[in-house]
Amino acid sequence: MKAYWLSLVVFFPALGALLILLLPAGAVERIRRVALVTSLVEFALTLPLYFWFNPASAGMQFLEARVWIPSPLILYQVGLDGLSLVLVLLTAFLTPLAVLASWPITKRVKEFFLMLLVLETGMLGVFVALDLFLFYVFWEVMLIPMYFLIGVWGHERRLYAAIKFVLFTMAGSLLMLVAIIWLYTATGTFDLLALYGLRQAHPALLAAGEERWLFLAFFLAFAIKVPLFPFHTWLPDAHVEAPTAGSVILAGVLLKMGAYGLLRYCLPLFPDAAKEFAPVISALALIGILYGALVSLVQPDVKKLIAFSSVSHMGFVVLGIMAMNVISTQGAIFLMLAHGVSTGALFAFAGMLYDRRHTHLISEFGGLGTPLPVFSAFFLVACLASLGLPLLANFVGEFMVLVGVFEAERSYAVLAAFGVVLAAVYLLWMYQRVTYGEVTNDANRRLTDLSRRELVIAAAFALIILGLGVGSPFLTSRTEATTKRILLQVESPHYELAQSPESGAPESAEDKR
Amino acid sequence: MMPSTADLVRVLPEIVLTAFGLIVMVAEPFLPRGEKRMLGPLALVGTLAALGAAVAQAQNPGYAFSQLVIIDGFSSFLHFVLLAITALTIIASFRYLERENINHGEYYALLLFGTVGMGIMAAANELILVFLGLETSSIATYILIGFRRTEAKSSESAMKYFLLGSFATAFLLYGIALIFGGTGTTFLPDIAAALGAPGTNPALVLMGMGLLFVGLGFKVASAPFQVWTPDVYEGAPTPITAFLSAGPKAAAFAAFLRIFFTALEPTQETWFWVIWASALLTMFVGNLGALVQTNIKRMLAYSSIAHAGYILVAFAAGSELGIAAVLFYLVAYALMKLGAFTVVSHVSAGESHQEIDDYAGLHSRQPLLAACLTIFLLSLIGIPLTAGFLGKFYIFTAAVKANLIWLVVLGVVNSALSVAYYLRVVKVMYMNEPRADLEVAPVPASVAFVLTLTALGTLYLGIVPGPVLSAAARSVLPLP
Repeated sequence: MKAYWLSLVVFFPALGALLILLLPAGAVERIRRVALVTSLVEFALTLPLYFWFNPASAGMQFLEARVWIPSPLILYQVGLDGLSLVLVLLTAFLTPLAVLASWPITKRVKEFFLMLLVLETGMLGVFVALDLFLFYVFWEVMLIPMYFLIGVWGHERRLYAAIKFVLFTMAGSLLMLVAIIWLYTATGTFDLLALYGLRQAHPALLAAGEERWLFLAFFLAFAIKVPLFPFHTWLPDAHVEAPTAGSVILAGVLLKMGAYGLLRYCLPLFPDAAKEFAPVISALALIGILYGALVSLVQPDVKKLIAFSSVSHMGFVVLGIMAMNVISTQGAIFLMLAHGVSTGALFAFAGMLYDRRHTHLISEFGGLGTPLPVFSAFFLVACLASLGLPLLANFVGEFMVLVGVFEAERSYAVLAAFGVVLAAVYLLWMYQRVTYGEVTNDANRRLTDLSRRELVIAAAFALIILGLGVGSPFLTSRTEATTKRILLQVESPHYELAQSPESGAPESAEDKR
Repeated sequence: MMPSTADLVRVLPEIVLTAFGLIVMVAEPFLPRGEKRMLGPLALVGTLAALGAAVAQAQNPGYAFSQLVIIDGFSSFLHFVLLAITALTIIASFRYLERENINHGEYYALLLFGTVGMGIMAAANELILVFLGLETSSIATYILIGFRRTEAKSSESAMKYFLLGSFATAFLLYGIALIFGGTGTTFLPDIAAALGAPGTNPALVLMGMGLLFVGLGFKVASAPFQVWTPDVYEGAPTPITAFLSAGPKAAAFAAFLRIFFTALEPTQETWFWVIWASALLTMFVGNLGALVQTNIKRMLAYSSIAHAGYILVAFAAGSELGIAAVLFYLVAYALMKLGAFTVVSHVSAGESHQEIDDYAGLHSRQPLLAACLTIFLLSLIGIPLTAGFLGKFYIFTAAVKANLIWLVVLGVVNSALSVAYYLRVVKVMYMNEPRADLEVAPVPASVAFVLTLTALGTLYLGIVPGPVLSAAARSVLPLP
């Protein structure tokens, strides 16, 4: 059973989607329940992975490999290391909350939950795929449900935002496809584990120029997804126009795929190029941190503010990855999780406001603490987490990143710290304008506080935010061995990798012009 | 000299198709008005019988008729593809002809005769025979395009295609003559042999090659010989548009590949850059043209041009891998294009409602029809798990292996461009409000059958490409 567990985890949501497909479109209540139950069972399915996972091992666990396409040899190969594990858990945790947050949706309910579940399968696939072709398939297939989620159920400018999202992502990922093919012709394999092994065994596997181009092609795809300044322009549109569940998933999981790609592909496969470009990328990340924070300051719209704050926070993640030491990388991975839940929570709360008032404009609100005390309390938790208050999730990640970056490059850490300060300014100012003071707008006087469903969402987010803040070792212990392995792959050319027996050496390593 | 049995077996599909074509023609006047619908199934039976004959043909590889005809893996593979295209076109035409009130037997007979010509093109080992096959298929399609003869647009299309097509075949014929003048032979292997030997006139061969390129480039709609495509595709009866974009294109590519990789192989270094440039130009012309279309048939016509460009990328790769990629792509392409045009043929009843905006809200009226069209469009974009993605993937792999990195990069830039116009149709179907004045009739069984087959085929090739790909790999032309 354990041998197939990972495949079960990946495809279970798709099974739920299939079930929804068979239900009549009118059975709204039943469709919602099926979606919720599917996503909850899915979350339950991922929990054993945490306990079965051996934290001491840096290799891939729960490995499954079989031939998908015989020629050129493409494997269906999936496996988990610490990095994948925590992101799979994050995905499985956020999806049921996204489903719950989508309860108010009444338009084309069947398709909505169908897309959401297909999307979950795609996201999980991205995090566990260990074959470049397979990875690309999941990476691209995921675009389509997201396109529909934004385009059909989004807000006013949804059509523009949806096509912009797809075009940006496609532009990057198609160049990555070329790089994948190039890598295949140079090495004769799509198998990621074999490629890891080859890269370690032959440091001169790729010519320097070749490695540089390949790195850039992969990097572009991931930089767009993160999004790194200046590739971020799709993000505010997509975030603002997406329905609540879409924003939660976008911020919570999709952005993480870019950072995941850097750690899984860019660094281990092209270490020399990664080191060469690290200063430039770090500079872009720094610009992103400060730019995102400054732009957040002046946003009139709650959702837009959160969206730009994501640019800032993800800048920390990239900065941490590019500092390439254990603590910064551990911090970056942890911040990915923390940002996933805290920003997911912020978007969920923004969605609750929207459900009540059909607007995201800060100026429409004010004094919400009076009619919505419970909401305001939970909202505060999310804001405080996002601005990096100790004991809450983000603090741990940001602190580790800053410490690690400080070790690597002092001035970067100093500059990045301003991002933390600014985060406190824009988030608290926004919170103040929304909840404190007198109720200035009559429309807000009679708002009802959180329903039971919303309370469940709010409590789940608050618990996990607090849990991550105080219980961070439970996760960092799982990612530590993986982090060290990745850094060894970058640093030392002859690091022995825990290899799987299935991923034998490719036939034509020398098939290289 | 009497043809031997082996000779006859090697052209058996053509014989069967011709026989059934004649039967359809002869039977037509004797049938009362109401019974004419029997002719379609009769033609279908003929096509299926020809498919059976193609199996016998494939089992007897070799030369026939004094080496005029060659039956090898390549020609057999294409015979199966072409016959399947014809069969699907016939099924998709059943209700169309009744609805448009042009239910005449010639329609099916001409389809069968056209297929004969295409089969000959795939199996010809000699330039004059290539020409004969091309003419046979072209003349049939000239008439079929103008089959809605009371419609000005249809007649205009037919006229346009006829005039330009005649020019193109004249170029081809002139090219053949020059090559014959330069090498003293019209047999493909002999041309290759003569090119290496003393006594050939390289200038004549070069000119001949250029003219062949023009003639064949016209038939596959590659730039700069693509100008006719949108007009002709728009005016033709839609099932014929589907046929035109799949069948004759595949046959022309077959002849193109065989001539250039067999007869003109020794001069590959000369024509490589021509193909390279044409591939690039074709992709850009097709995709940029499609971006600004509002008529769905014209949009799909430009997309056909773009896809010819992708095929030319594999052509430029010039390897066995590249030829296998072309063969795989022709299958994938035929499935998605036949499917897409069949949806259009159903929605645009009476050849009105061809605007993309007419598809607004199609999803809420006919969810399955919209879903099918979405699958075809995603496949045309090249989204994974569809035939189109693997087709492109194999083409690009072949091209990267041949060191054509820049061509591949520009190819994927084109793919990214194409997302915009394909998704526009998806957007209109799923995200715009339905138009109240447009009624879409329920899908008849024959159309449903074609759509099911093509949609499932598109997904099947995207998920389990192994069998077709290995068949394609076994069917490549032997390269020295």
